[in-house]
Amino acid sequence: MSEKQEISIESIKRRQLLTGAVGVVGATGATAVAVPFVASWMPSEKAKAAGAPVEVDISQMQPGQMITVAWRGKPIWVVNRTPEMLETLEKVTSDLRDPNSEKSEQPDYCKNQYRSIKPEFLVVVGICTHLGCAPMYRPNPGAPEVGSSWLGGFFCPCHGSKFDLAGRVFKGVPAPVNLVVPSHRYLSETVIRIGEDPVKEGQKA
Amino acid sequence: MSEVNQNAPKKGTILRWLDDRYPLISTWNEHIAEYYAPKNLNFWYFFGALALLVLVNQFVTGIWLTMSYKPSAAEAFNSIEYIMRDVDWGWLLRYMHSTGASAFFIVVYLHMFRGLLYGSYKEPRELVWLIGMMIFLVLMAEAFMGYLLPWGQMSYWGAQVIISLFSAIPVVGPDLALWIRGDYVISDVTLNRFFAMHVIALPLVLLILVFMHIVALHKVGSNNPDGIDIKKNKNAQGLPVDGVPFHPYYTVKDSMGAVAFMFFFAAVIFYLPEGGGFFLESPNFEPANPLKTPEHIAPVWYFTPFYAILRAVPDKLFGVMAMGGAIAVLFALPWLDRCKVRSIRYRGLSYKLLLAMLTVSFVALGYLGTQPATPELTKLARIFTVMYFAFFFVLPFTSAHEKTKPLPKRVH
Repeated sequence: MSEKQEISIESIKRRQLLTGAVGVVGATGATAVAVPFVASWMPSEKAKAAGAPVEVDISQMQPGQMITVAWRGKPIWVVNRTPEMLETLEKVTSDLRDPNSEKSEQPDYCKNQYRSIKPEFLVVVGICTHLGCAPMYRPNPGAPEVGSSWLGGFFCPCHGSKFDLAGRVFKGVPAPVNLVVPSHRYLSETVIRIGEDPVKEGQKA
Repeated sequence: MSEVNQNAPKKGTILRWLDDRYPLISTWNEHIAEYYAPKNLNFWYFFGALALLVLVNQFVTGIWLTMSYKPSAAEAFNSIEYIMRDVDWGWLLRYMHSTGASAFFIVVYLHMFRGLLYGSYKEPRELVWLIGMMIFLVLMAEAFMGYLLPWGQMSYWGAQVIISLFSAIPVVGPDLALWIRGDYVISDVTLNRFFAMHVIALPLVLLILVFMHIVALHKVGSNNPDGIDIKKNKNAQGLPVDGVPFHPYYTVKDSMGAVAFMFFFAAVIFYLPEGGGFFLESPNFEPANPLKTPEHIAPVWYFTPFYAILRAVPDKLFGVMAMGGAIAVLFALPWLDRCKVRSIRYRGLSYKLLLAMLTVSFVALGYLGTQPATPELTKLARIFTVMYFAFFFVLPFTSAHEKTKPLPKRVH
């Protein structure tokens, strides 16, 4: 009786070792098999390729006007800012979370007080940095849904984030950083190409 | 039919042939005919069975909808209009499904509230509660993914906001959001994979979880409005004196509940299919436009309490954490509540007040989540958010020394 039990314990132990070994090898295999399933959810080659630059003609833009174009499926805003609108940028500085765009995303050539190449033309991605809604353009001071102290800018209807006329985020709203400035360059005085950096001096062919 | 015949069908019958090859009679007996449920189950106990009924409705109407729906960004919106206008009875199938989604959450919220009233999450039913919470979680994912499929304005921007929630997670967030979308914006790719998740992956998980929920419940037995254990009081045959067999007693009672439910359900489908803008939101009758967010966006009503919590916090990461925490904290409820008495009938004043506070704040947050985020309403949402969480933080302290009433020996 006792002999029988010893044999069975011995045999169980051996099988435990085998089970353990098979388990480890099996888990490794299962992880390897999971890779294609997980990786297949990343953007496909087709999705990655669909990012060609777009050109915007700004010759017909009125002072204070904003136009929206689509680039990589996202709304891109081009705003023709008037001198009065540019003046507001300085006034709101103390109410901003990141006035000098230190933590925000923009090309180096737009990391200035206007967040643009030419002061009057602002080019930004019209997607709120909070949860991705498209904010509304509210250029006029004292816009009703934003408040009487409003000097003009963008207001996100989803969660109430506010941005100034350079796309810089105000304090006390859920959006953490300024609106993103995409890479862009001037093909001529009146045409902007979005999705390409300016050609540096001396590189011109 | 004598007692003996019930357990062993007569030789030569088809039933006998089947029962010799499959545990037909024993399964039926264990879960239906000889499953003893407390005899005092009241109105609140309808909602579990009703959730099952709605689940069947969603499965059947959903399968039929896939026969005419096209999961592509170019065709989705039009295929829904095609179902609504050109497919015979398509409008009814679609309204049964869209109303069914809201009905599902109504019965599930009431089912969960029943658990809070009578302490159904307490020992030994913690696992029933946990599996139930997982069902709730999967149900939310299922509803969210289903809402993208019509490819309307609210579908698009709702999904944009919810997927962006993941981007708030430090370090991996932005890549995780990209991985979920499969593109740099919500696109055809996202729609197609959400369709796959909505019609097969999540329903499968849901079905397995519902099965486990019932198996776990039948192992420990149903709780009741008195919250006392009926298994402690058995007769000579070893059957609980305060229990009745599920069939025919509760099959009949639940059928009556189902008829009453279907009366309301049909009334909404036929006379109020959009649920006054709460079940189907008006911006969703406009095709998705990636360049323009609707003036006022709000999720469907069943998400609004959690959405209001998200908006109440003026910080991206903490907002998302608060929203996730509002759901996560429910999982811990069996361990946060330290009172031994289950039912609210015999619990102290502190629990009654706390539960009232939770209920009021949940409903208020639900309302605020449907409204635009004005500064005044945001302030209110903050107050109710604090009240919601206060329930879970205060409960462990008050429940440990709660003044409870003496429990009865038998159920009422």
